[in-house]
Amino acid sequence: MTQVDILVLGAGPAGMAAATEARARGFSVLVLDENARPGGQVHRAVEQREAKDGQDRDGAKLAAAFRACGADYRPNATLWAVEPEGKVFWSEGGAARSARARRLILCAGATERPVPIPGWTLPGVMTVGAAQIALKTAGLLPEGKAWIAGQGPLLWLYANQVVAKGGRVEGIVDLSPPGGLARAAWHLPNALRAPEYLVKGLAWQQRIRNAGIPIRRATRLVAEGDGRLERIVIDGWSRSAELLLLHDGVVPNTQVTRAIPGCAHDWDAAQRCWKPRLDDWGNTTVEGVMVAGDSGGIGGARVAALAGRLAAIEAARALGKLTADQRNAEAGRIRLEWKRQRAPRRFLDALFPPLPEAAIADSTIVCRCEEVTAGKLRGAVALGCLGANQTKAFTRAGMGPCQGRICGPAVHGVIATARGVDPATVDPFRTRFPTKPLTLGELAALAAE
Amino acid sequence: MRATLATMERFDVAVIGGGMVGTAIGYGCAALGARVAVLDEGDGALRAARGNFGLVWGQSKGDGMPAYGDWTRQSIRLWPELAARVSSLAGRDVHYRATGGLGFCLDEQELEARTNFVRRRHNDGHATLRMLDRRELRELMPGCPLGPEVLGASFDPADGHADPLVLLQGMQAGLLRAGGQHRPGARVTGIEGVAGFWRVARADGSAVEARRVVVAAGVATTPIAAMVGLDVPVRPVRGQNIVTERLDPILPLPASALRQTGDGTIQIGVTNEDDGSFEIATTTAALARMAARAIRVLPAIRTARMNRAWAALRPMTPDGFPAYAESGTHPGCFVATCHSGVTLAAVHAGPLAAGILAGRLPDFANEMHPERFRGMTHVSSH
Amino acid sequence: MFRRTEPTDCTIRWEGRDIPARAGESLAVALLAAGVAAFRQTPVTGAERGPLCLMGACFDCLVELDGQQNVQACLAPVRPGMVAAMQRGARHFDLAEDAA
Repeated sequence: MTQVDILVLGAGPAGMAAATEARARGFSVLVLDENARPGGQVHRAVEQREAKDGQDRDGAKLAAAFRACGADYRPNATLWAVEPEGKVFWSEGGAARSARARRLILCAGATERPVPIPGWTLPGVMTVGAAQIALKTAGLLPEGKAWIAGQGPLLWLYANQVVAKGGRVEGIVDLSPPGGLARAAWHLPNALRAPEYLVKGLAWQQRIRNAGIPIRRATRLVAEGDGRLERIVIDGWSRSAELLLLHDGVVPNTQVTRAIPGCAHDWDAAQRCWKPRLDDWGNTTVEGVMVAGDSGGIGGARVAALAGRLAAIEAARALGKLTADQRNAEAGRIRLEWKRQRAPRRFLDALFPPLPEAAIADSTIVCRCEEVTAGKLRGAVALGCLGANQTKAFTRAGMGPCQGRICGPAVHGVIATARGVDPATVDPFRTRFPTKPLTLGELAALAAE
Repeated sequence: MRATLATMERFDVAVIGGGMVGTAIGYGCAALGARVAVLDEGDGALRAARGNFGLVWGQSKGDGMPAYGDWTRQSIRLWPELAARVSSLAGRDVHYRATGGLGFCLDEQELEARTNFVRRRHNDGHATLRMLDRRELRELMPGCPLGPEVLGASFDPADGHADPLVLLQGMQAGLLRAGGQHRPGARVTGIEGVAGFWRVARADGSAVEARRVVVAAGVATTPIAAMVGLDVPVRPVRGQNIVTERLDPILPLPASALRQTGDGTIQIGVTNEDDGSFEIATTTAALARMAARAIRVLPAIRTARMNRAWAALRPMTPDGFPAYAESGTHPGCFVATCHSGVTLAAVHAGPLAAGILAGRLPDFANEMHPERFRGMTHVSSH
Repeated sequence: MFRRTEPTDCTIRWEGRDIPARAGESLAVALLAAGVAAFRQTPVTGAERGPLCLMGACFDCLVELDGQQNVQACLAPVRPGMVAAMQRGARHFDLAEDAA
């Protein structure tokens, strides 16, 4: 079995930075990433695109340093199990493989929060993140009767990218509850420690207006069509539609960390999501397992890259290359910048709160894989289910191939609102390895070893 | 709802444990008209009920304890009626299919061991169980693409399978429908006698009082049974499960550790990991062995993707057989534990529930008194 | 639905017809660019579905690709001449093949 000092999961900003930093300190590093190229979601295809802004330039620099750092980089590799003593399993090229690492730095990034409106399972309804991937990797622009709906910074960023490339959409349906700015104002002074986020944000909305794209506030959105999307109904106002792009912010991808026994997770009331309990260096409650970047709490690309470096420096201490004092000294400036970049987060959280789960209609499908409606989930709660796991047993929600990745936050929220309790007291889906489906043949091949 | 002395709720029966055994008993008692509360832990409780394989199975049961074999077959006879009721209560099909069940043999050694087992069971009066050779298997399941290593199988036409989760859901719905209460979310911390009732106190400060108390607490049975003076040693045995994506029909009959569910998924089970640990993580090495064996039976499924794996802890007594008893020191307090909660659901909801209400357990159950564990050190699973 | 801003360089087969594509892009993106919205029929109710996330998480973009079933189109890079079709319901088996 391959032995390495440090295994890094994910080649987004956190993973690339962690691997580069760890290599610079002389460690052997294995990097597993599900994508074909480094960059993660935010810097997807950054090596092939022309850099258009500071974020692209950050990404290109990170990717170049990562490519040159000498890590054993495995693209198209899906990690699916972490076992005690740093043992990891993954699939690559249709075969299961394993390695042992002295330290794990998990940088699994974020996933989009689901937007279970009526009709969101119709072909033609996708997420904004998906459309952005199509734009970044293949230059696809929305055309015809295309709409964007929901809330969150990525929604506005994507709309800007579309406009900048000469594309357009029929309109943007802003589903965020009113009063966001007033709520967020409390956090404004802190946010001004990194004013570039606010400046960028204000410019985004202005550019949409300048491009003449209508922005309509609404509370209720329905997608309709016979077998595929044909129209959307915005607060009762029906418009024809062939593409609807939904977004409601992003949440940490905790699919792997939740499956690790003893790895504690806490409810983040501001970001309304679960995240692993971390110290300032990224150590989880399990010795040897670290998390960096958005999978430890949403902070964005710059925070993620800094957290990746901090985690690698801490790993150097844990593996005996640095004393605690040396670690603190080397981390000093990175830590200061990490704090500055995190400063606007509470402002952004307050400005872009997730859409309320209570509003999901009983007839709306929440679990797409097993086609389980919100009403079925509420029925399970009425039977006495307290959390996502018994609800899963009684409804099959979360039992399909996505393993609850997509519906998890919505299932959790529907249960909490149906019970009328603090979401922090409702257990989320317990994940189990393998955290990604693999063929029985792949799995069985490991029995011969 | 917090119970105070002034508002103490009184029931005919309080069942401790909302798993497959406790829910069956609670449902059965409620259906007979008793006022029932089923006390359960929270969402994250160690639930064998979620790890059940779903076989309604007699062929391997009772070797060494004929009463258990008889009890099992009685339950299988009652299952069709239970299935109809729980499907209606759950609002979805419990997928009970009494197709007959198989135990595949993949080499000469397994075949010989199984043949000897079947002969022994036959001599114990288990008349329907028999061995099939490969040709008979092919006739029984025409078109089923059995692997070349399958030499034969044991076969009991009375065996079958069902969806254990729908069963649990249906019985829980039936409990509520019959006016019973389901109270999840807190462990039981103490049981004491108060003026002709048993008061069951819980970790959240609440309590209920009942004429009768049934301890059906799965892997937590030992400490709770001790509260009513019963010594029932139960240890956790981990069972891991694999479920694939949905597949077109490929395996018409369920087998020990391999079945195609009513939803089309293939379920592969179940390890018997007897290490005393309460850990419920899956282990790749065990899953790999399970997958490898399933592929030897059905090579075509090697391309199928597994969607999920999970582990659950089954309660195991020292001899592996169930334990039922009324307490000698705490009359009206009972214990019921077993690791075949699905197969036995029909007798638990039927004769056992009736016996608890009548204050007299059925004869079969009486033969499975935990007294027999006294001084027992040998440990095995059935 | 979408329009391309970059040229295509090959063709692939989808449900028996030729579709222009770019080698290396994902099959899912190529289909979307060609106006294909429905990629599969679910094994639960038979409802038609297309991709939701394009990042390997949702399993709604499953197709049959070069004879392999339940392939995630968003993770499959385009190769010239590849042959793909909708995934219709549950994985099926050619039972005759193994029954010997």
